Amino acid sequence: MQLVDKDQVAKSLGGRQLLNKSMKFLFLLCTLVGLVVLVTLIVDTVLDGWSHLTWDFLTSFSSSRPESAGIYGAIIGSVWLMAVTAPVAIVLSVGTALYLEEYAPKNRITNFITVNISNLAGVPSVVFGLLGLTIFVRQLSLGNSVLAAGLTLALMIMPVIVVAAQEAIRAVPSSVREASTGMGATKWQTVSRIILPAAIPGIITGIILALSRAIGETAPLVVIGVPVSLLVTPNGVFDTFQALPMQIYNWVKMPQEEFQYLTAAGIIILLLILFLMNSVAIYIRNKYSKRF
Amino acid sequence: MAELKMKEELDMNATINTQTEKKDPASGIVQSSKPVFEARDFNLWYGDNHALQNINLTFKENEISAIIGPSGCGKSTFIKSLNRMVELVPVVRTEGDIVYREQNIFDKSLSVEELRTKVGMVFQKPNPFPKSIYDNVAYGARVHGIRKKKVLDQIVEKSLRGAAIWDEVKDRLNANAYGLSGGQQQRICIARALAIEPDVILMDEPTSALDPISTTKIEDLMQELKEKYSIIVVTHNMQQAARISDKTAFFYQGYVVEHDDTKVIFENPKDKRTEDYVSGRFG
Repeated sequence: MQLVDKDQVAKSLGGRQLLNKSMKFLFLLCTLVGLVVLVTLIVDTVLDGWSHLTWDFLTSFSSSRPESAGIYGAIIGSVWLMAVTAPVAIVLSVGTALYLEEYAPKNRITNFITVNISNLAGVPSVVFGLLGLTIFVRQLSLGNSVLAAGLTLALMIMPVIVVAAQEAIRAVPSSVREASTGMGATKWQTVSRIILPAAIPGIITGIILALSRAIGETAPLVVIGVPVSLLVTPNGVFDTFQALPMQIYNWVKMPQEEFQYLTAAGIIILLLILFLMNSVAIYIRNKYSKRF
Repeated sequence: MAELKMKEELDMNATINTQTEKKDPASGIVQSSKPVFEARDFNLWYGDNHALQNINLTFKENEISAIIGPSGCGKSTFIKSLNRMVELVPVVRTEGDIVYREQNIFDKSLSVEELRTKVGMVFQKPNPFPKSIYDNVAYGARVHGIRKKKVLDQIVEKSLRGAAIWDEVKDRLNANAYGLSGGQQQRICIARALAIEPDVILMDEPTSALDPISTTKIEDLMQELKEKYSIIVVTHNMQQAARISDKTAFFYQGYVVEHDDTKVIFENPKDKRTEDYVSGRFG
């Protein structure tokens, strides 16, 4: 007795193959929609801002007159901001991830903390701004300084780095952990010599993605009260400062048409910095990638 | 101390004698060799699961002891108890003693790091670090504070020679260990274990992931290593146990059913279950 009807199989073949091919085109279409919108956005911005991307623009402070307004203060301010955010966020996040994955007992409390760190990654940035305003600006009297804003952004991106670092650490096979432990290495020796080197590409990718988010973040800076026009650069972490996204946000609000071109120029600068940061991330990832 | 040791030896001989009533005099036990490991009423639980029950076993110097038994009988758990690797599982609880050269390994005076320096381990799957061959072998020495390049060079060469892989890798010590074949990787792992000059080497199914030729190489190597080290090996492969070991312990459902000279276990076992297992009737 034949259970498989050969005619039916032959008949359904064409349909299956057609569906197979159309799915491929459907997914290609999905990719293209995103790509086209992105390219349009970038081309439009570059066309608008290119002519204003002059040396004067890069080296002048902000101004109410569009022809003399520049982005110097904002670039320097953003660099200062990242110089505070990056080390604080990296140390806190990688430390947290290592503790949760390698040291903490695997129980319900650890699980609860892990889940809630992932939840924190989804909290809107304006909420972190309010947190920064309450704790750093007011309670610790740091004012609208580089330090207050840097710490706020560090807290904001911490969950993202923790989650990425946890995943990278978890991806290190337990067999090499056992090999190291089995030779009498202490926990810290295993972590520092085996686990961290193997997890570093994943951790760095997480760090750079998080910092890219931090450098373009506007809402927390608005809440903290970062000034939009300032004629000095900070001399230390307790000074106030300007930031790229704040500057762009401010220009886009301006009534004069000229400012819209400055906005575009500012966005190009921000995109270039992001592009540079991502290139560094990809370079490091490729350099240290070791397959298991 | 000496008295205690003598008493232990007497006890141990007593255990063996009770187990080897029909012992072939030709394969007589070398009375002079000292015990390296001794489990005394050792019990282990994974949560509620009583995985090892009243284990009493003695392993002696310069012998290869094989531990055989069907899957889930506790043989891997037992060998991992000997260097306390089993404690990496969070829900493990133990009772009773395991004595390593007259010192209880669960005693606070012996740190796990110290124990694992003396009791090396080779795992089931080759698990080299994603580092160069040199760095893999030098790892243990570096972990224990040896920094001098000259000393490390010597340790690496000696260990690789000891693991019978020096000739194959001497020209590419800086190549990643992942580029080697499975059998070579496993010998690198053995070299890595030898590099810290252990006293005992534990091997948890060291050839189960390897092809027959690599398996033969590692078995030959074990015969050489036996001159200097005591080896305890868990194996799924009964022919392997018969080929390489001096003593064999048969584990079944968390108990030691029988522990005797390998020849006795395979040719003249006392227990029906041992006979069934070694003749391939189950497991």
